[in-house]
Amino acid sequence: MFEGITSQLLFGQVLLGLINGSFYAMLSMGLAIIFGLMNVVNFTHGAQYMLGAFVAWLLLNFLGLGYWPSLVIAPLVVAVFGMVMERFLLRPLQNLDHLYGLLATYAVALIVEGLVRYQYGSTGLPYDNPIPGGINLGFMFLPYYRLWVVVFSIVTCVATWMLIEHTKLGAYLRAANEKPQIVEAFGINVPKMMTLTYGFGVGLAALSGVLAAPIYQVSPSMGSSLMIVVFAVVVIGGMGSIVGAAVTGYMLGVVEGLTKVFYPEAASVVIFLFMIVSLYLRPAGLFASKESV
Amino acid sequence: MSSLAISKTAPTAAPAMLSIQDLNSWYAESKVLHGMTFDVREGELLTLIGRNGAGKTTTLRSIMGIVRKRAGSIVFSGRELVGKRTYEIARLGIGYCPEERAIFSSLSVRENLFLPPVLREGGLSDEALYETFPNLRARGGSQGTKLSGGEQQMLAIARILRTGSRLLLLDEPSEGLAPVVVKEIGEIIKRLKAQGFTIVLVEQNLRFARQVADRHVVVENGAVVDILTNDELAADMGRVKTYLGV
Repeated sequence: MFEGITSQLLFGQVLLGLINGSFYAMLSMGLAIIFGLMNVVNFTHGAQYMLGAFVAWLLLNFLGLGYWPSLVIAPLVVAVFGMVMERFLLRPLQNLDHLYGLLATYAVALIVEGLVRYQYGSTGLPYDNPIPGGINLGFMFLPYYRLWVVVFSIVTCVATWMLIEHTKLGAYLRAANEKPQIVEAFGINVPKMMTLTYGFGVGLAALSGVLAAPIYQVSPSMGSSLMIVVFAVVVIGGMGSIVGAAVTGYMLGVVEGLTKVFYPEAASVVIFLFMIVSLYLRPAGLFASKESV
Repeated sequence: MSSLAISKTAPTAAPAMLSIQDLNSWYAESKVLHGMTFDVREGELLTLIGRNGAGKTTTLRSIMGIVRKRAGSIVFSGRELVGKRTYEIARLGIGYCPEERAIFSSLSVRENLFLPPVLREGGLSDEALYETFPNLRARGGSQGTKLSGGEQQMLAIARILRTGSRLLLLDEPSEGLAPVVVKEIGEIIKRLKAQGFTIVLVEQNLRFARQVADRHVVVENGAVVDILTNDELAADMGRVKTYLGV
């Protein structure tokens, strides 16, 4: 039935799926962390991812700073932008309906994208691959940079999970997810925690953006095209579930890759079909805990 | 009503640790407290008694700043609390144990217990804590909400004892618990008082309140209508029962 499918094609698409999955996972994890603590559906996430890539491009072209320093600096720069945004835009809205936060973040996304497009145009800007070359595994060719992206994103996701599940800081975060007022009544500065958490989530998005720059081109719309899928991932994994977001991200990346091999026509819709089925069977998400149902 | 409250001073000469003057509080547009006035002395155990909806819980939530919209004055150890944020108030040394106990389901028992940061010196040591609440050590790894109601109540009290807070606000710790557990919690509260904690206890259970308290503040419609010493309460139960409608 599947004759004509070479191992090159199969594994090539699985790898591509894992690459996409790496971005889905890191982005949806950031969204889940932000949503869990702040109940904000962060529609600026895609623009913040794009800004990460863009800041890396600016650092290279104006300051001559390459990929490796950018991997640290760009997320910090974008995180600061996020924290300012949280403090002056989201905090005044926090006691209103969630819809206001959603609309405000969407507005910022449109503004940021528009400004970047106005200044640099819509065509993608190239960004050199910092680790050229690859290795022939026999059944497929594995470019080093792609391997780096997958490994780095897995390490980042696991580290984030460890931070949240196994540290005191993470315990504050989990507790504040449940009952922010009580956590504040223990003397913890919850508003500051929210600002830092938002900064962290946004920093993760920007980190993904830097990681993406050598693979995809740096363009104003690189985030918005990705975000539709990422929101589907968050919904399938369960809003606010951090493990759910990461695991679902990788899983759907691979599912998408495999669909490209076996039935390419469905590749662009398979994630949404998956979303419909999973919402039907598990409306709260695959990884939702009982409390959040 | 407030003049009545002021005239009813306690027999002890200890200075007021917490002084509430003409406190008004609102939930959104609805006014819940109408000029609450009372003092809590250092080392004292004071109960707030009254019917459901009288404003007892709101009083504690207003002290903590969880109810944000408030007017009047709440002075704790010489510092005005009205206008301060909840976390700033807590850091001055006030421990809050809410009515719903607020045990975190995504945290283990141990994580729940050690969640509140130590704010100042003088809190219970971990050893002293586990001595008072041995069950919590045995069940440290369980999910917080898997404990029984009584154990959850113990945990909710225990976690504010190691922070160094000298004033404890306990909201109906006896609610919904079996008599034997209520008795156990009563013993613990007595011990805390003996250790020098100042305690404000919201309580509907008069028998429980009588066994532990120095004074009782009767709350009705968001204001103080009477203040009795524990002896006065014992001598004239009828007076309070009229207020409570029991």
